[in-house]
Amino acid sequence: MKKSVFLGALTLAGLAAGTAMAQDSSTLAAVKERGVLKCGVNPGTPGFAAPDANGNFVGFDVDVCRAVAAAVLGDSEAVEYTPLTSAVRFTALASGEVDMLARNTTWTFSRDVDLKNTFVGVNYYDGQGFMVPKDLGVSSAKELGGATVCIETGTTTELNLADYFRVNNMDYEPVPVESFTEAQTQFLAGACDVYTTDASALAASRASFENPEGYVVLPEIISKEPLGPLVRHGDDNWGDIVRWSLNAMIAAEEYGVTSANAAEMANGTENPEINRLLGVEGELGAMLGLDNAWALNILTQVGNYGESFEKNIGENTPVGLARGLNAQWTEGGLIYSPPFR
Amino acid sequence: MTTATNTPEDQGFRLSQLIYDTRYRSITIQVIAMLAFMLIAAFLIRNTIINLSALGKDIDFGFLFNRAAYDINQQIIPYTSDDPHWRATLVGLLNTLLIAVLGCILATIIGVIAGVLRLSKNWLTARIMTFYVESFRNIPVLLWILAFMAVLSEALPAPRAFRGDDPAASMWLWDSVAVTNRGTYIPAPVWGDGSVFVVITFLLSLLGIWAFGKFSQRRFEATGQILPNFWIKLAIFFVPSILVYFVMGRPITLSYPELKGFNFGGGLHMRNSMLALWLALSFYTGSFIAEIVRSGILAISKGQTEAAFALGLRPSRTMNLVILPQALRVIIPPLISQYLNLTKNSSLALAVGYMDLRSTLGGTTLNTTGRELECMLLMMAIYLVVSLLISSGMNVYNKSVRLKER
Repeated sequence: MKKSVFLGALTLAGLAAGTAMAQDSSTLAAVKERGVLKCGVNPGTPGFAAPDANGNFVGFDVDVCRAVAAAVLGDSEAVEYTPLTSAVRFTALASGEVDMLARNTTWTFSRDVDLKNTFVGVNYYDGQGFMVPKDLGVSSAKELGGATVCIETGTTTELNLADYFRVNNMDYEPVPVESFTEAQTQFLAGACDVYTTDASALAASRASFENPEGYVVLPEIISKEPLGPLVRHGDDNWGDIVRWSLNAMIAAEEYGVTSANAAEMANGTENPEINRLLGVEGELGAMLGLDNAWALNILTQVGNYGESFEKNIGENTPVGLARGLNAQWTEGGLIYSPPFR
Repeated sequence: MTTATNTPEDQGFRLSQLIYDTRYRSITIQVIAMLAFMLIAAFLIRNTIINLSALGKDIDFGFLFNRAAYDINQQIIPYTSDDPHWRATLVGLLNTLLIAVLGCILATIIGVIAGVLRLSKNWLTARIMTFYVESFRNIPVLLWILAFMAVLSEALPAPRAFRGDDPAASMWLWDSVAVTNRGTYIPAPVWGDGSVFVVITFLLSLLGIWAFGKFSQRRFEATGQILPNFWIKLAIFFVPSILVYFVMGRPITLSYPELKGFNFGGGLHMRNSMLALWLALSFYTGSFIAEIVRSGILAISKGQTEAAFALGLRPSRTMNLVILPQALRVIIPPLISQYLNLTKNSSLALAVGYMDLRSTLGGTTLNTTGRELECMLLMMAIYLVVSLLISSGMNVYNKSVRLKER
């Protein structure tokens, strides 16, 4: 028995030692030296992050990784993707296994403060919704009392679900599932009446069903789920780089800079804000410790926020999400970048 | 005869003796190994502490007293999302213990039957059992758990199928059992006034059966007469309890499952996650137990059986009085480790969404609080304690069946 206690302790210590390499003094220097950005993504949510037919990750979240790689390394393809489950994502980030997370992660107080992460912005304003088969005859989440609900464990959605049903005085039977795919299998087999997760993921999931018309997403949105990229605490310069890479995509859409016209606009325009963004004027890139063409690289290689949205999850894609809250502030949405000045 | 006394002169202790003298060499090696081990352990632990403090994380178990905020479907003790994390952990632990106990019982039954039948002279029976044993123990248990779950949720009808005038599915056993892809609903007892007397009577009859066993054994040893033990015990088991049940005016009733809203209500709900985990773990571990039982029986020399037959003992008595008592002492020690394996394998429950300790403390609690190290340490400590308890309990039993040399 003594021996097994020893061996147990040894194993534990070994696990913990995995975190040994967490302390790069500067993530930027480490990424530049490595020549590749390590980015944690969702293992498979169509539209947000999923491997395409050739096995390359594509999607809306993946584009954030590509933007950062373009800004830092000048090459949007210099990314090593690490698919992470919701259970291990923060550990992977804290241990230095990945440089950043772009994995539809909800920005919450405790994740930001207690778990020592830095959320650098919001790339998708989401909320939790419910999907049911049409023939269940349910038109509102208020009618779901007594239902069996499939829910991914270890997510904020699990906590919202518990609160929503308690506040509305309804019982339910949670069916915990480990992954997105397992949830779909159970839901399609009828082992649960309802599938609940972020509304964007519901749409993505419904798009991949054989018979999408047989399922409806209920109108209630029961939570705020601001999804965004994050980095670990303690390296503010790296946080700034990821934050402003995202902001560059957002600002570019606002000013009409696209992947098609960015190179041309980089010769100089009338608008000083665009000039600063594209490195024609000022030294914004140098302030970040990057090349002055950092934002130009993002826009020519990845495109602006709107382009990425339309290409991956917009209304003309199978996922088919409307811009809604995620329209530019000028269009009545919440997407807003601080000025480049 | 003179004995040569060639004791070397005592030259005092020299350092080289630590390597060249066999009296000291083994100690030297052990000390070096121990030092190396401690250095490595110290390095790893120090590394952990430094890294944690660099990340600004401290080790703090205070989160256990915060509100858990998530729901658990299978609760042996009452639990709501307002309860603290430690209670969620306790609910998970009880679910782990439930599956471990149910699993060990079923695995032992399956294992003993398969082990005995594998020795059967019937060619087909023996081959079927060989097929069972080899297929189950050579495929990872996780795959079996997922396979059982897939069969249960894909092949069985949804509760919706029971609805309507001409339902696609119907209930079993006079409408008392509903088998659905969300679980099996069976009638549940409802304890009315006075049911406590029935339960007490039942417990007393169990005591009576034990006392009768002792009495009959003593009588057998004194007079050589054998009473019809089985029938008398059966009578003690049923008659008093049933009498009290009717005298008290039938206080225990059954609640039957019936369709209510989206699901069945009433009755006892055995979730598919539990059934899949239970069956998969039992059949998997049962295949190992079958081999242990077979080896235990084969370990008893054929001469024992022949000697018993020569004394005129019937085959059933030969098995009970001669073979099994001797086989048990071969069977019990490896059986202990199979019980431990089953208990530890139950931590795969998350794969099918069974809310055991790994899914509550090591799953949702860990994820929502972000206290990985604390949760892992606590979980390892709990599994260690459970395993040590099982193993010490089984060791007591092992002592009682061990060959007693007199």
